[in-house]
Amino acid sequence: MDLALAPETLARWQFGITTVYHFLFVPLTISLAALTAGLETAWVRTQKEKYLRATKFWGKLFLINIAMGVVTGIVQEFQFGMNWSDYSRFVGDVFGAPLAFEALIAFFFESTFIGLWIFGWDKLPKKIHLACIWMVSIGTVLSAYFILAANSWMQHPVGYRINEERGRAELTDFWRVLTQDTALTQFFHTITAAFLVGGAFMVGIAAFHLARRKHVTVMRTSLRLGLITVVIAGMLTAVSGDLLGKVMFKQQPMKMAAAEALWDGEAPAPFSIFAYGDVDAGHNKVAVEIPGLLSFLANDDFSSYVPGINDVNKAEQEKFGPGDYRPNIPVAYWGFRWMIGFGMASFSLGMLGLWLTRKKFMLPPALRTGEDEVPNLVLFKNKPLSAKFTKWYWIVSLWTMGFPLIASSWGWIFTEMGRQPWVVYGVLRTSDAVSPGVSQGEVIASMTVFTLLYAILAVIEVKLLVKYVKAGPPELTEADLNPPTKIGGDHADADRPMAFSY
Amino acid sequence: MELHDVWFVLIAVLWTGYFFLEGFDFGIGVLTKLLARDRKEKRVLINTIGPVWDGNEVWLLSAGGATFAAFPEWYATLFSGFYLPLLLILLCLIVRGVAFEYRVKRTGERWQTNWEHAIFWTSLLPAFLWGVAFGNIVRGVKIDADMEYVGTLADLLNPYALLGGLLTLTLFTFHGAVFAGLKTLGEIRERARGLALKLGVATGVLAVAFLGWTQRDNGGTASLVAMAVAVLALVAAIGFTAAGREGWAFGLSGVTIVAAVAMLFLTLFPNVMPSSLNDAWSLTVTNASSTPYTLKIMTWCAGIAMPVVLLYQGWTYWVFRKRIGTQHIADAHL
Repeated sequence: MDLALAPETLARWQFGITTVYHFLFVPLTISLAALTAGLETAWVRTQKEKYLRATKFWGKLFLINIAMGVVTGIVQEFQFGMNWSDYSRFVGDVFGAPLAFEALIAFFFESTFIGLWIFGWDKLPKKIHLACIWMVSIGTVLSAYFILAANSWMQHPVGYRINEERGRAELTDFWRVLTQDTALTQFFHTITAAFLVGGAFMVGIAAFHLARRKHVTVMRTSLRLGLITVVIAGMLTAVSGDLLGKVMFKQQPMKMAAAEALWDGEAPAPFSIFAYGDVDAGHNKVAVEIPGLLSFLANDDFSSYVPGINDVNKAEQEKFGPGDYRPNIPVAYWGFRWMIGFGMASFSLGMLGLWLTRKKFMLPPALRTGEDEVPNLVLFKNKPLSAKFTKWYWIVSLWTMGFPLIASSWGWIFTEMGRQPWVVYGVLRTSDAVSPGVSQGEVIASMTVFTLLYAILAVIEVKLLVKYVKAGPPELTEADLNPPTKIGGDHADADRPMAFSY
Repeated sequence: MELHDVWFVLIAVLWTGYFFLEGFDFGIGVLTKLLARDRKEKRVLINTIGPVWDGNEVWLLSAGGATFAAFPEWYATLFSGFYLPLLLILLCLIVRGVAFEYRVKRTGERWQTNWEHAIFWTSLLPAFLWGVAFGNIVRGVKIDADMEYVGTLADLLNPYALLGGLLTLTLFTFHGAVFAGLKTLGEIRERARGLALKLGVATGVLAVAFLGWTQRDNGGTASLVAMAVAVLALVAAIGFTAAGREGWAFGLSGVTIVAAVAMLFLTLFPNVMPSSLNDAWSLTVTNASSTPYTLKIMTWCAGIAMPVVLLYQGWTYWVFRKRIGTQHIADAHL
């Protein structure tokens, strides 16, 4: 059979497409839930209308986004059984539990309270309404935690034994699965990266309006909130990424050697800036490097030894038998670089933005702006940026708002493809994980319809986002400013139209 | 009762919860074409489930996740075996969720009509297909010694399973009509009651046929009792509908679903997926289950989480307890 159409290849493509697509919505959902909750908290506490308008604006974009996240998530729950039945049989005893926890604890939480939040504006007193969006936010974070614990077990299986008779992995220590350092650092890294995504999204859209001098009061607040989010999240993403890298150097040296195209072990090992190599021959033809940095990233020591691809491949051959234990090196190498490059570019722009828009007291009085004015962008003391540069700043902010999303997609592609040929590292090969009973035609059919449907939905989603972004924050109504005092709504207005209806 | 038996019951409970709750959601979706006379009435119907459908659907995800964790072999065989029907269900659920959320996000006539068609079809198809799937599970399918499904798609479309599909579709639509009677105001409420009576009778005929067939082939005493409860509850639900006691009618159409699902699971036990090729190849609560350790952790989780879920989901229904009429639907909504 043609290798390109091998069941494993097809099933992997399908998983890749559906999962990367699903994960476009996940980080935005996680971060926008929390940011929207933060804005609504500010409204409830200060009663400043700009916060309520911001809540409604970002909340709407959040809902357009979470709808896609939820429905594409349904596929995730079932496709292990559909395309990866041998995987499911082998790991179900271990891997199923965090998945079930996710559904029972996190999904119920998110989905129930999101309904209350959407339809609850005229049914719930404002503090309870606020509590609902926080519940949603907690739900999204819990969900991330359980699924990352499950994924971490694939990266670094712990707390299990192999039952030869049943031919499967069996759970022996659930607590270890939930608390191993892989799970904790992956969680830390994924959540901080999610906030980088949401922060940059907020900055980009705020910049779009501020450049046009529209909806200034709300967008000014949003810009600052977005920038602060980008900077804090960016910093923490870097820190957590460094921690996760160190964990991976220990647990999956092959992945990290591939990420660096480090063919042969070196002490000290250099960090690669650019490399072009010959995979078959196992060496680089062109390499631009920073000496010693890789040793430092791996072991906090500029001169330590880091094993190379060829070394690990040999070691794994001795341990697991003959075979090629190398992942797709160019994908791992470039995936790693796109992840860091796009993420750090966004972080740097955030730092620049935070400085340019710094608060009143750090600026001379002449340059300070009021709540309803577009902020002056001030690079050097006493002098705002020229109109041309100001415009460029807004344009760059808008067009780079997707950078962290690109980074997070590449991060997943890197970490999953970098683990190949294993689906559970050192325990189960991807080629042994596919469904033996599912035909090529079935996989092709499902992959085709998912891809087509997802493409159509992507177009619809983006169009809706653009429409609602352009519309800007809504004007507030009397009803918005006078939320009910009783649960279920006040009796006096029994015939009033619902504040929100489908 | 060992832990895998407990989990058999819990999985049954999750499916029951799913069919009880999303049953009327699907029914409402189907009724947008059968009951609503204009767009505003359609919106009245959709908004009766607006705040809750998403939470209702999680019962399915929980059933799926719990099956994966408690009976990995069942999960693997079922979803790889029923590949194309399941794919169709997933596609429907994707489009349906988006349809509810996006339909009101633009005002254009065509935009809204398209999403309304989508809501109808993506409610109708899963309501039918789940019945087909469970019909096949109970009847037994071609499973080989390696627990792999070796039948074809055509094997799944046998008369018994198709009858099961018709039953779930009709039953859910009936359940939805009763729910519509309970949750709406004005003219549509009266029409919902009239339609519910007709659907109730149709459900009765199909229920006796399908459940009777099931009882004849695989039944025992317990399943006979469950069947009797299902049929009696259905008759009572029809009676209360006729009498205009909508709350009672809804409760009893719910009991019908609970008893019918219970009956299917009772005929199944101790198998979870019987093989029609060889009894020895059937998946059972023992050979498909996880280890006692995993089941123990899962039991703790479900034992704590489920009551809390019931509590806050119940609270949601209480918050949105008011009936909805056309007067509650604003004209343009963005």
